[in-house]
Amino acid sequence: MAVMVVVAFVAFLMFNFVGDPVDNMVGQEASYADREAMRDRLGLNDPFLVQFTRFAGNAVQGEFGISYRLQRPVADLISERMPATLELVMASAILAILIGIPLGVYTGIRRDALSSRLVLMFSLVGVSLPTFVIGILLIYVFAVILGVLPSFGRGEAVQLGWWSTGFLTVSGWKAIILPSITLALFQMTLILRLVRSEMLEVMRTDYIKFARARGLSDRTINFGHAFKNTLVPVITIIGLNVGSLIAFSIITETVFQWPGMGFLFIQAVGFADVPVMAAYLVLVALVFVGINLLVDILYFVVDPRLRVDRSVAMGGDE
Amino acid sequence: MLDEKTAAKAPSGFVHRFMDSDLVYSFLRSPVVVISFIITALYFLSAAFAPWIAPHNPFDPASLDLMEAFTPPAWTADGSMKFILGTDDQGRDILSTLIFGSRISLIVGFSAVLFSVVLGVGLGLLAGYAGGWAETIVMRFADVQLTIPAILVALMIDGIARIIVPVELRDEMSIYVLILAIGVSDWPRYARVTRGATLVERNKEYVSAARVIGVHPIKIMFQHVLPNVMGPVLVMGTIGLALAIITEATLSFLGVGVPPTQPSLGTLIRVGNNFLFSGEWWITLFPSLALVILVLAVNLLGDWLRDALNPRLR
Repeated sequence: MAVMVVVAFVAFLMFNFVGDPVDNMVGQEASYADREAMRDRLGLNDPFLVQFTRFAGNAVQGEFGISYRLQRPVADLISERMPATLELVMASAILAILIGIPLGVYTGIRRDALSSRLVLMFSLVGVSLPTFVIGILLIYVFAVILGVLPSFGRGEAVQLGWWSTGFLTVSGWKAIILPSITLALFQMTLILRLVRSEMLEVMRTDYIKFARARGLSDRTINFGHAFKNTLVPVITIIGLNVGSLIAFSIITETVFQWPGMGFLFIQAVGFADVPVMAAYLVLVALVFVGINLLVDILYFVVDPRLRVDRSVAMGGDE
Repeated sequence: MLDEKTAAKAPSGFVHRFMDSDLVYSFLRSPVVVISFIITALYFLSAAFAPWIAPHNPFDPASLDLMEAFTPPAWTADGSMKFILGTDDQGRDILSTLIFGSRISLIVGFSAVLFSVVLGVGLGLLAGYAGGWAETIVMRFADVQLTIPAILVALMIDGIARIIVPVELRDEMSIYVLILAIGVSDWPRYARVTRGATLVERNKEYVSAARVIGVHPIKIMFQHVLPNVMGPVLVMGTIGLALAIITEATLSFLGVGVPPTQPSLGTLIRVGNNFLFSGEWWITLFPSLALVILVLAVNLLGDWLRDALNPRLR
């Protein structure tokens, strides 16, 4: 909540005090009296707190004004482009989790095998490769040399009500492959390394030794006992990283000219289009706060020790 | 453990004592680390002596010849030995632009890290040593900022600066804006670590002793506590350099970083990206490679430094 207020405040400051909004609306020739009239109409002469409350009120209703560059309401622009970004982020998150976690568990269990060493080497490269370089390399290999996948756009999108999806057409699926891999790679290596170090730690504990002594199968020990106990930190990191996926989608969207919010935002920064920047910032902050909340709730699902109500615990355990 | 080592190393100044230390031993034992050190050193040297090393001066319009634009690398059929890595769309030698580009990247990365270290360590020391409301404000601020990815913060600062700075000054100022943006985006990590270490140090006897004999708190903070918390900061700074270089390259790639007249590696990649489809792959791939190698080398150094300075992780 505190985060939200601070972010809204910064956005508001940007909106009102960075450059005079009146300058952006009236022409060069406007007289001083005209400006004053304009200020009055826009409520810019009201006390500071009144203005902020009004801004916050409008923001809650999704009103962020009109984009300087495109001359269209910011709310429309954003809602048009949100599905593209969310689909990209979702695809990358799923990819990162589905590949990162098993590899992490594997390298954690077989820590000295040649294959895990290779995976680790590869993961260090993954951390060092900036997102946009990955994107360029993928484009070069798959779009320029091999020519099998598209290098920009999101293919044909199908409108489902207000949501436009690329998942219903072949070209949409093809178009999302490269961007989602690009976006997922860094998160994947992070998840991999985290799961591995957690697994290494858990495997050393007494209860794993005891489980071994009881003659449980490797599978039960590795997944039922060891892996389950690594979940709390892993979920925290994954949750926080979904947020950074949204931030990094700015880069991926620029490389692949993906028609999402990030692309919109970076264009807004280039043109000093303040309403779009402010709206994007508030929206991203909202997503972050939402994710944090979700992560907190997930703790309770994953870790029975945190639950007060035992009967619910029994039901949700398996 | 960690403190003693850095403390022993810094003031002693004896070459043989330094050569004898665990740090040097573990350094020489790992070929990967030695190689990354050499690579990093080469980058730094070529950055420092760029005007003398670079075969051509890419920013001297008189030396450019558009007829030589798009020359491929020397080992391909159409390449010439004059331009080992080929030329770009304006006939600039890629190798030379790389050397100058790495220079800008390193300058921005280094200054940004320095900026966030000074800011983060200063505020962290204050928060840890003074406590009270100073601590609350600093740490709350750091927490809020940490929930937002650094790249987004840097973008935001860059965007705001773009609006404030007048158009004529934008190109000149952009490098400082970039340093400020990256520096500010990364300070909370240093503040957190410094505060944690300071909290531990604060209750040690040497601090109480200093306080009892009436040393000024500011002097205690900077002369006594600070040297003892610098170990982890050094490690973070190394990894932070890699991060800062990536952030700089990313911002430049997105077109909000340094102007094309003073290209960094990111700008070069951005420019070259336009020619990827027409087959001039070398214009973008060589800068990308240079960037990746630099970041990888710095990252490996940072990883090793962390392990070497922290016996618990061995």
